[in-house]
Amino acid sequence: MSGARCLVEALRQQKVSVIFGLPGGHIMPVYDVLLDSEIRHILVRHEQSAVHMADGYARASGRPGVCMATSGPGATNLVTGIANAYMDSSPVIAFTGQVPRLQIGKDAFQEADIVGITTPITKHNFQIGHAAEIPRTVKAAFHIATAGRPGPVLVDLPRDVQTENAEVDFSENPQIRSYPAKNNPDPDGVERAVEFLSDAERPFILAGGGVLISNASKELRLLAELLVAPVGTSLNGKGCFPEDHPLSLGIVGMHGRTEANKLILEADVLFAVGVRFSDRTTCKVDGFCPKAKIVHADLDPAEIEKNKEVDVSIVGDATIVLHSIRNRLAKRLRKSKANRWRTRVQELKDTMRNQNNANEDGLKPFAILKALRKTLPANAIVTTEVGQNQMWAALHFPAFMPRTFITSGGLGTMGFGFPAALGAKVARPEVPVVDIAGDGSFLMTENSLATSVCERIPVIVVILNNHMLGMVAQWQRFFFNRRYSAVELGNVPDFVKLAQAYGAEGSHPQSIEEFSSALQRALKTNVTTVIDVPIDPEEDVLPMVPPGNSVDQILA
Amino acid sequence: MKVTQQEFLLGMVVAHKPGVLHRVSNMFRRRNFNIESISVGATEEKELARMTLAIAGDDRVARQVVRQMEKLLDVVSVSVLDKRRTVQRELALVKLPASDPKTRSDIVNWANVFRSHVVDLSPESVIVEVTGTPDKIDAFIELAKNIGVEEISRTGVTALERGAGTVNRKEKV
Repeated sequence: MSGARCLVEALRQQKVSVIFGLPGGHIMPVYDVLLDSEIRHILVRHEQSAVHMADGYARASGRPGVCMATSGPGATNLVTGIANAYMDSSPVIAFTGQVPRLQIGKDAFQEADIVGITTPITKHNFQIGHAAEIPRTVKAAFHIATAGRPGPVLVDLPRDVQTENAEVDFSENPQIRSYPAKNNPDPDGVERAVEFLSDAERPFILAGGGVLISNASKELRLLAELLVAPVGTSLNGKGCFPEDHPLSLGIVGMHGRTEANKLILEADVLFAVGVRFSDRTTCKVDGFCPKAKIVHADLDPAEIEKNKEVDVSIVGDATIVLHSIRNRLAKRLRKSKANRWRTRVQELKDTMRNQNNANEDGLKPFAILKALRKTLPANAIVTTEVGQNQMWAALHFPAFMPRTFITSGGLGTMGFGFPAALGAKVARPEVPVVDIAGDGSFLMTENSLATSVCERIPVIVVILNNHMLGMVAQWQRFFFNRRYSAVELGNVPDFVKLAQAYGAEGSHPQSIEEFSSALQRALKTNVTTVIDVPIDPEEDVLPMVPPGNSVDQILA
Repeated sequence: MKVTQQEFLLGMVVAHKPGVLHRVSNMFRRRNFNIESISVGATEEKELARMTLAIAGDDRVARQVVRQMEKLLDVVSVSVLDKRRTVQRELALVKLPASDPKTRSDIVNWANVFRSHVVDLSPESVIVEVTGTPDKIDAFIELAKNIGVEEISRTGVTALERGAGTVNRKEKV
């Protein structure tokens, strides 16, 4: 069997049903075999989109996403997307072509050392030496990408390995002698966490992406309700706790909700689960809950103490940790001591809601996102680009279900949202998928409109269009004396015509009513729609914690 | 275990195959850890290699390094060595100019004091092999600077803990 055939068979055995990619010289033997395979191939127009699509597919479905590119420039175009998947712990498996074995190191045409380049941004990577290694390497790649804390894995395939014939054994298993995946938490840590939490008068739960990855949302809700603890999330944790729940406070951090940022500093015990205390969540890390007892649970032992020293650490899977804490707590906790706390939480939430509702008029981001939420069903998936659009979405578009809010939280990759939306739609064709975009971000991967039309993957793009690199402009307003340097994008392109040029639909609403009806139409058509909504270029994302400040020093 | 020094020793057992040194050194680059010295060699098992690294940092850095290294698939085991009960050795070859007889006899005398050996002699220079703790080698080099050092090649420290435990059989953190 040829190496190429062997690869496609190995992918089939891993139940891969879709590959996002773009062919080129040194991956052609694999593409030749793919033509006869049942695996769906989705052709992108730039490899960066292939990896974002695989990432969106993985986050929406919980299954690994697969992308493919040729050697050299094809492979290097994947780099941003691989780094993105690595930062957000997304199980993406990238297959790249490589020059023939004897040409490696000779600066051959379209040669790049993609294994060297991606070492710091993958969990692991492989270069296949012989076709016979393919079955066990593919098994290893899928195991590594999904076991423990998920993340990207790259497999590099020299061209002559793809054409080489080999005796292959698909029953052979890889030997992975030292992968640390410790799902069951240490009972001592759990016991100490229970002690702190049962004595807590003002408990606070900070939940992150780890809760989503572990599918632990139900356990999280049960624990929060038992403790009467308010729940704030990191950006990547958004959706792990229903944001219409009385105990939900929304996101914490630089653009966190005021109530979440204030209350987290009032807590006497902070239970942080599946978070990594990123600088965008903690703001000034020394000013983050300095008086609280902190319990930190994470599946990755290297996250313990990396950013924040804590009182109790628990290494384990979020579902198991939350379940065992709740079990022991239920026996010990006769009645939550947090009644006064509950009142305080409710009062602050009410105050903030009244303030937020004040500035509702016109085509404001708040009003647009409110209308979007009202129209979309609870199970609709929203992706975002990066910048103001992302922060407005995080603040004003509540997520009610896990895996319905997909964003580039770690790397902050402009251009992620649209291809990620397409990947999510491929994974969940039955639900509407909307990319909340800015004009700057959307332009980075707008060529995916071609893929969305040709492959019939209909999504909705809502561009909050301020003709600006809005977040940079906001920082220039706040911190650089309003000196706008390289942020004005001009009044181009005409996004309606751009959409139409690709065979998609476009609209350009001038009021909230027109926006809502454009959205209704978009939900009914079977082609991608770009809704270009003009907003005020001076509009800021607020509240904001300026860099270097602690999380309660909020500009509102 | 407590490491109070601002430099700690890491003993690692890794897969003995191409690319592993790159993965290990890349982790130091990526996580902003600082390698002072590194020595690598074969072990009692043919598919494994042993690395000894001297790393700048405190206890917290040491724990982070261990946890990050454990995430590398090619790292079989890793632990911070307890300096109080660890045998440390380094070897240095030091080339010294020695065209006149007086200098030559000085060098031979110093080498004797340091229990080291003159391993090569040519009309213009002498090579001395010094083995011992890194401190001892530093001391010899300081002394040798009096006559001018032409070239030095140091192996970096290699180390084993005394007693029954081995890095390979330690509990993972």
